[in-house]
Amino acid sequence: MDLADLYRDVILDHNRQPRNFGDLEPADAVIEGFNPLCGDRLTLRLALDADRIRDIRFEGAGCAISTASASLMTEAVKGKSREEALNLFERVHALLTDDAAPIADDLGKLAALSGVRAFPARVKCASLCWHTLAKALAAKPAEVLPRVSTE
Amino acid sequence: MTPTALLREPARFDVAAVRREFPILARTVHGSPLAFLDNGASAQRPNAVIAAVDDYERNHHANIHRGVHTLSQEATALYERARDRLRTFINARASREILFVRGTTEAINLVAQSYARPLLQEGDEILITYLEHHANIVPWQMVCEQTGAKLVVAPMDANGEVHAESVERLMGPRTKLFACAHVSNALGTVLPIARLIASAKARGIVTLIDGAQAIAHFAVDVQSLDCDFYAFSGHKMFGPTGVGVLYGRERLLERMPPWQGGGEMILTVSFAKTTYNELPHKFEAGTPNISGAIGLGAAVEFLGELDLPAARRYEHELLSYATERLETIPGLRLVGTAADKASLVSFVVAGVHPHDIGTILDQDGIAIRTGHHCAMPVMEFFKIPGTARASFAFYNTFAEIDRLVASLERARKLFA
Repeated sequence: MDLADLYRDVILDHNRQPRNFGDLEPADAVIEGFNPLCGDRLTLRLALDADRIRDIRFEGAGCAISTASASLMTEAVKGKSREEALNLFERVHALLTDDAAPIADDLGKLAALSGVRAFPARVKCASLCWHTLAKALAAKPAEVLPRVSTE
Repeated sequence: MTPTALLREPARFDVAAVRREFPILARTVHGSPLAFLDNGASAQRPNAVIAAVDDYERNHHANIHRGVHTLSQEATALYERARDRLRTFINARASREILFVRGTTEAINLVAQSYARPLLQEGDEILITYLEHHANIVPWQMVCEQTGAKLVVAPMDANGEVHAESVERLMGPRTKLFACAHVSNALGTVLPIARLIASAKARGIVTLIDGAQAIAHFAVDVQSLDCDFYAFSGHKMFGPTGVGVLYGRERLLERMPPWQGGGEMILTVSFAKTTYNELPHKFEAGTPNISGAIGLGAAVEFLGELDLPAARRYEHELLSYATERLETIPGLRLVGTAADKASLVSFVVAGVHPHDIGTILDQDGIAIRTGHHCAMPVMEFFKIPGTARASFAFYNTFAEIDRLVASLERARKLFA
């Protein structure tokens, strides 16, 4: 277990300069994620074109892992269909929790999150934004969405 | 089983000798010697406690009270001896005033449900302070919901201090109970409880002190404090988890109905009427944590053999040293800068989230706590999601503080 494997350059970069950070007006879905264990909060805003994520932004205060994961996620799912995004959620979830999960080349920058699996206490930090997204995509547009919690 | 005579040395505190009494301190974490700076969450166990629990489990276990056989009598004697030791430790008048509970949280819930709930009328007030642990907030909110009473919160200042005057101003004709921490778990602030208890008493207000964070650091004398209830947990004072104490003034405990029904707490049971057992058994329904209580008794005995005034002075030196060293780290801000503090430092570092600090320090073998410390209102007050907290016991060293500082520098550079 090595800190450099957890805090890879990609993670540090996205923590320092989160992409797609801020408000999104108007949004088709707004959903809040919360990790009561550490107090991390994140708000996801999605603009949808029928079945496709046209735009996505996030806001919130969290640790480096949670911020970088959200930043990488918004980059990865922008332009994707619901199904594609949910499929990616499944693959990232496996990447974070399953030691045997292969790190496929097509995951691109998201592969940097694989360092988290050696740090079980930090898996929830990385997965909060993904659970929040999955919830947002599972809900009907314009529905009032409940808060997502990783506890 | 007992620590060496070295520990009694009056002039200076022999930390090396004390450390030898705590076997876990010899282990490594990720290849580095363990630096255990999370004592505020739970302290480690000395050999004396481990041996007492082991001896009980191997040689004396049986259910206590009412058994006529030898083991039951031995177990009962050990359990009740532990109660007597705790009575002596906090100088209660009688062992009847020492109730074994699961911990501080259960103790406070017991008082809320058994003392406060039958008494409170709509519009009555319970007074607490801003810096309480959730365990000293939520049980009162629950009883307020049940009775229509109101929870009143005394303010704290930007240093994390609670001033006696600002609490006293809120002690009114409707205040039925005042509950506050002896020491803040999130900030380390020592509250002026002697004065606050006296002020409450002068106004006829019943007092409960949450001693979870104080009991390992200060000599607590419930008679001289003159509080009505004092609650603490075994595991924060080098005893086992799952056992703690509620001290209650006998006159009040006598008046209170039992809060759980079952075995042990009764004298006679028929379907028409049950009569309750005497103190303290009235409040100890069911088979208690026997080994835990015996372990806690051993912890108290261990503490009794230490030179506690020297240990306190040493802890204070650790606090001063840590404060001084941490203040040299650029971007580090101490959260909780009260004049009177227990040996605990809470802090934030610009650009580094507490959670990341926790992981980085752990890689260097340093255990600290990060997050909101079950004191979300305190975090809200300081407009931060959480802090990193190093909390010291008398077995910590100046070298461990140096390692803490070096590791924090490393974290800061990683995120710079």
